[in-house]
Amino acid sequence: MGDAVPVRHKMESNSNKKTLARRQFIFDSARMACGVGMLGLGLGLYAKQSKALPALALRPPGALPEDDFLGACIRCGLCVRDCPYNTLSLAKPEQPVATGTPYFTARDIPCEMCDDIPCVKACPTRALDHGLTDINKAKMGVAVLIDHETCLNFLGLRCDVCYRVCPVIDKAITLDMVPNQRTGRHAMFLPTVHSEHCTGCGKCEKSCVLEEAAIRVLPPKLAKGELGSHYRVGWEEQKRIGGSLIDESKMLDLPDRLPDGAVVPGHYDPASGMTATARGLPGSEAGAIPSAPPGLGGKP
Amino acid sequence: MSKRIGADAVAAKGWLRSHRWLLLRRLSQLSILSLFLLGPLAGIWLVKGNLNYSHTLDVLPLTDPYVALQSLLAGHLPETLGMIGVAIVLSFYFLVGGRVYCSWVCPVNMVTDAAGWLRDRLGIKGSVHLSRQTRYWILAMTLGGSALSGVVLWELINPVSMLHRGLIFGLGAAWTVVLAVFLFDLFVMSRGWCGRLCPVGAFYGLLGRWSPLRIRAGQRQACNDCMDCFEVCPEPQVIRPALKGENKGVGPVILAPDCTNCGRCIDVCAKDVFAFGLRANNPASTLPQPGTTSGD
Repeated sequence: MGDAVPVRHKMESNSNKKTLARRQFIFDSARMACGVGMLGLGLGLYAKQSKALPALALRPPGALPEDDFLGACIRCGLCVRDCPYNTLSLAKPEQPVATGTPYFTARDIPCEMCDDIPCVKACPTRALDHGLTDINKAKMGVAVLIDHETCLNFLGLRCDVCYRVCPVIDKAITLDMVPNQRTGRHAMFLPTVHSEHCTGCGKCEKSCVLEEAAIRVLPPKLAKGELGSHYRVGWEEQKRIGGSLIDESKMLDLPDRLPDGAVVPGHYDPASGMTATARGLPGSEAGAIPSAPPGLGGKP
Repeated sequence: MSKRIGADAVAAKGWLRSHRWLLLRRLSQLSILSLFLLGPLAGIWLVKGNLNYSHTLDVLPLTDPYVALQSLLAGHLPETLGMIGVAIVLSFYFLVGGRVYCSWVCPVNMVTDAAGWLRDRLGIKGSVHLSRQTRYWILAMTLGGSALSGVVLWELINPVSMLHRGLIFGLGAAWTVVLAVFLFDLFVMSRGWCGRLCPVGAFYGLLGRWSPLRIRAGQRQACNDCMDCFEVCPEPQVIRPALKGENKGVGPVILAPDCTNCGRCIDVCAKDVFAFGLRANNPASTLPQPGTTSGD
């Protein structure tokens, strides 16, 4: 019985030690979790920011959307190595692109759109989509003629360089002829980008002769508007269906309101009984209808 | 002034033999770096890429499994070559010891070793204390963070890949990060980066948890307690159980995954206590058995 007391003491001090050790463990873990957690928070916010790719930095062909790209790219630089034109480079820490990821600046070296797309083939991950086998289907960005005030063609000159260098000439960029309002007797040939064909290679931006390019390749997200998903373009639907979308016999056509006493010769307004053709009226040339802008169906 | 670390070993074995593993390690680190640099500097493309992923002679893919794991957690699988690369690297380090990456491959090792050496030469004593477990917490954070953010998280700031990639693809401001690591190790925390913070090392340590190739204190009965191995070791906590375990029935193999298999303890030991050996060769006692004879 004499032993009982020290044994109990020992047990107590043992359990005390255990409690202390447990407390220490919890405190140590809490300290680590909080300290490392703060580092993690900082990194997470930095990661969030790094997803905002600057507008003029373009990803290689086939690159996943930026959100996915930063999770898939392992920063190995194989795409950079296999690019025969040294177009691509890996972002350095001080640059505004996520460190170590490949990008190019069209104004410096654009993408030459190799048929065999070596950069995509070299990628060991799916950051560059290996399903991209036709370089004409690439979407590195969309060219936008961003400044109508300095573009030489908009000034009425025939620069045409962006159109001439476009690898998808006459599809991705066309020259649309419009009257030159300034001179009243010349044409302007406006470079017009068609986004469904533009690959975003950047050759137009590279070759723009201005000090600062008037045409620039932007990420599609910045360059493109988007119709509401419910929106249908009438004439395209008509073309698709092969006829009018509504029963035209039930269409209500109200008389056009004109200023009191106004008489507009040749005005086409069936609801008011005015259906006389404008042809032959004095001052009209080849069937021009002054009150109806061209392209409204050409009813008369 | 106190005696330099390894002076006994130099006296006993000569300079070359007491720096053998250090020289081999530097040779390995520099050769690997040179192979990567041969392409961009001399146009001889034996190896393309960097330590995150490389393609050697267009046949051998090697992928950093830690980066691949972060990418996987972010929701992305590598392509076939990338996967094969992961498998090759995993099995290699599983066999030779994960942290062999740290001491034989990683370019930051030369930076932190230089800081450690200078710290010793300048006699800088004070050091901020931080648990060596911190790196495992950071490792867990980067893995969890990659899953949450969908970004290969540690690659945003990883000084290891910044330095290696920088040397090959253009350094930019990455040198400031490397300098920061150097100064941190020199003035703030002894063996701070590799020994306490770097999650890459932590990952490779876990990977080599069961590696057969280990350092053995096979001749531990010859130890004269000069403490040079503890002084030179970047992870000195790994030595004691193996070196001093005779009376506790602990075998001579250094089992701790933090050991980088750098071999510096082998170099600086005048008594040749340490050698590379196999994990399985780990008898509780290394004393000569009474029944056996040693030859003559």
